[in-house]
Amino acid sequence: MRIALFADIHGNREAFEACLADARRRGAERQGFLGDIVGYGADPAWCVDTVSRACEHGAFALLGNHDAAVGTPTESMNAAATRAIEWTRGQLDTAQAAFLAGLPLERVEGDALFVHANGWAPKDWGYVRSAVDAERSLRSTTQRMTFCGHTHVPVLYHMAPLRPPAEHVPVPNRNIPLSLSRRWLAVLGSVGQPRDGNPAACYGLLETSPWDLTFVRVPYDTAAAAEKIRKAGLPESLATRLQRGL
Amino acid sequence: MALIRVAEGATIDGFTVGKRLHQGGMGSLWSVSKDGEPGPLLMKCPVFNEGDDVSAIVGFEVEQSILPRLSGPHVPRFVAQGDFSRLPYIVMEHVQGRSLAEWSGTAPVPCEEVAYLGALVARALQELHRQKVVHLDLKPANVIVRNTGQAALLDFGLSRHEELPDLLAEESDVPMGTGAYISPEQIVSDRNEPRSDIYSLGVILYELVTGKLPFGSPQRRSGMLKRFWRDPVPPRRLRKDCPEWLQEIILRCLEIEPEDRYASGSQLAFALQHPDQVAITARGRRLEQDGVVTTFRRWARSQTLQKKLRPPVTQHVSSAPIVMAAVDLSHGVDTLAETLRVHARRALDADPSARLACVTVLKTSLMSIDQDTDARGNSTYVQRLVELKDWARPVAGDDDRVSYHVLEAVDPAAALIEYAHHNQVDHMVVGARASSALRRYLGSVSAKVVAEAPCTVTVVRAHA
Repeated sequence: MRIALFADIHGNREAFEACLADARRRGAERQGFLGDIVGYGADPAWCVDTVSRACEHGAFALLGNHDAAVGTPTESMNAAATRAIEWTRGQLDTAQAAFLAGLPLERVEGDALFVHANGWAPKDWGYVRSAVDAERSLRSTTQRMTFCGHTHVPVLYHMAPLRPPAEHVPVPNRNIPLSLSRRWLAVLGSVGQPRDGNPAACYGLLETSPWDLTFVRVPYDTAAAAEKIRKAGLPESLATRLQRGL
Repeated sequence: MALIRVAEGATIDGFTVGKRLHQGGMGSLWSVSKDGEPGPLLMKCPVFNEGDDVSAIVGFEVEQSILPRLSGPHVPRFVAQGDFSRLPYIVMEHVQGRSLAEWSGTAPVPCEEVAYLGALVARALQELHRQKVVHLDLKPANVIVRNTGQAALLDFGLSRHEELPDLLAEESDVPMGTGAYISPEQIVSDRNEPRSDIYSLGVILYELVTGKLPFGSPQRRSGMLKRFWRDPVPPRRLRKDCPEWLQEIILRCLEIEPEDRYASGSQLAFALQHPDQVAITARGRRLEQDGVVTTFRRWARSQTLQKKLRPPVTQHVSSAPIVMAAVDLSHGVDTLAETLRVHARRALDADPSARLACVTVLKTSLMSIDQDTDARGNSTYVQRLVELKDWARPVAGDDDRVSYHVLEAVDPAAALIEYAHHNQVDHMVVGARASSALRRYLGSVSAKVVAEAPCTVTVVRAHA
């Protein structure tokens, strides 16, 4: 089974469409959405509709902190993110908001845990930013593999029994076997707002037999997505960062 | 884990198991066959025993992930692998030939043979590094010289693939490798340096020439660390007939800093194939080890060794190119030859670790056996070499990165292509003459080179 994993879409229709088409070309049979479908980008309604339609056909979707903030305002976000969420709230109808509110925090399938932020306290939204965080997350779950998003920076941690974890910065579009003798935590990178210096959209392509993961990068029309953000009256910083990938 | 047992006569995923060829602490090797798979084949199975060194199992996984990504005659052909949860195994080509261990077992070996074998292994390393892998456990037992005359490298259990997570990165606090052959940087846990393999090949060459290991065979880290300050006994002291150029090459491979070694496998192979082009320094001439003061200084410096961050594997390989300038001097130094010289210099200037090989072809005819020497007895070969050096002088000066080669051939294009292939040239700069009816009829040298050379080719034209 080949599953396409999309994290941190953030209302960026141009990036999301490019990734969906790419995943189809690469033969993905199933989709998983790891949270933060909205926030920052100019097309939240389209993105929510696309995800909810996919869920009617076997996909699964999880809750992200921005999705949660649509229904429950939070004070932990920065000014640009807060403005974007307030604007997003006005863009979604009742059904779309209800879809977001009904999303679960995590999903377990056999050996794999899917979650937006981390494994130790999914609803507290702590970041996995280092090997120490990755170890904390892996040690608080029983699954051999964890797939998450939230940081917008693709990275793969791996840990052998009784050894400290190691960090691997994935090379785009190269598959990595996830060997059975160790534990893995993949931070998938972001579809709609990459922050690793590469503006191309990022998603994960997971092969389950044998386990094998590819961090796929998809170049898309960042100028168009940025222009829509400006037209919507959202903060300029949200537009410019798309073109720099930072 | 419910493991299936491997035994003679068993059938595993369609492979019929034959004789056991080897049983060691790390695993076992079996001869296997399968209908439709060209043989002979080998099945490698790891051992899982309570209390086993866990890195043996990790090493097997590393090989399982790297071998399928490798191709070419310099590695065993990958055939299949078994799922780790059921029965872990790798089936690969059983490389036929002679193990380099047979030579090292009967060392000292004639120096010309050492150079020949060294060049084979260096070329194999270049191919491996090009495929983004550093071997990190190069030793005679891991090299087979195929019956076809190519070296194949075996056992990728400690190797590092630039694009894969390093499963061994956090595996162990003791150096991973073989004490006799391990490079200084591996001892301090740097696993990203392709020139580590150049160092190990230097140890092999030393062993083949002298019959001795330059640093003995230490098992503990403290013993391995000695190579940071104690330089080996110069090979020429142990073996009177070891030429200076060969010692120069070996000791350059054994430099402590990777920057001071050959920049790539192909540059090392180049030196071994062209002894007359090796610039001999004090390193090649010496007969004594360094004195107490130098040794002490190195020891003191080694106490503050830091693990350095290094760029990725392939960056080294692509940034240490061999550039070949193919110049036609049959009309003397004409405008085209002058233009070519400018472009050759540019290629050399682009990269401090580049090497420039100036090559010209002396066209021979099948009939002219007696015309090799002119009336005064000067060989035309020597005359052309002098002209080639004179052509290069304005750009080369006494740059020791430049070498000179006169090829004698009936077909110049074929000779240039063969040279580029044999020396793993990265970039050839070749001149093209203006088009003419005769040239169209006969075919031009540059057109054939562009079509068939195994490297990047720049075609230079003189402005009309």
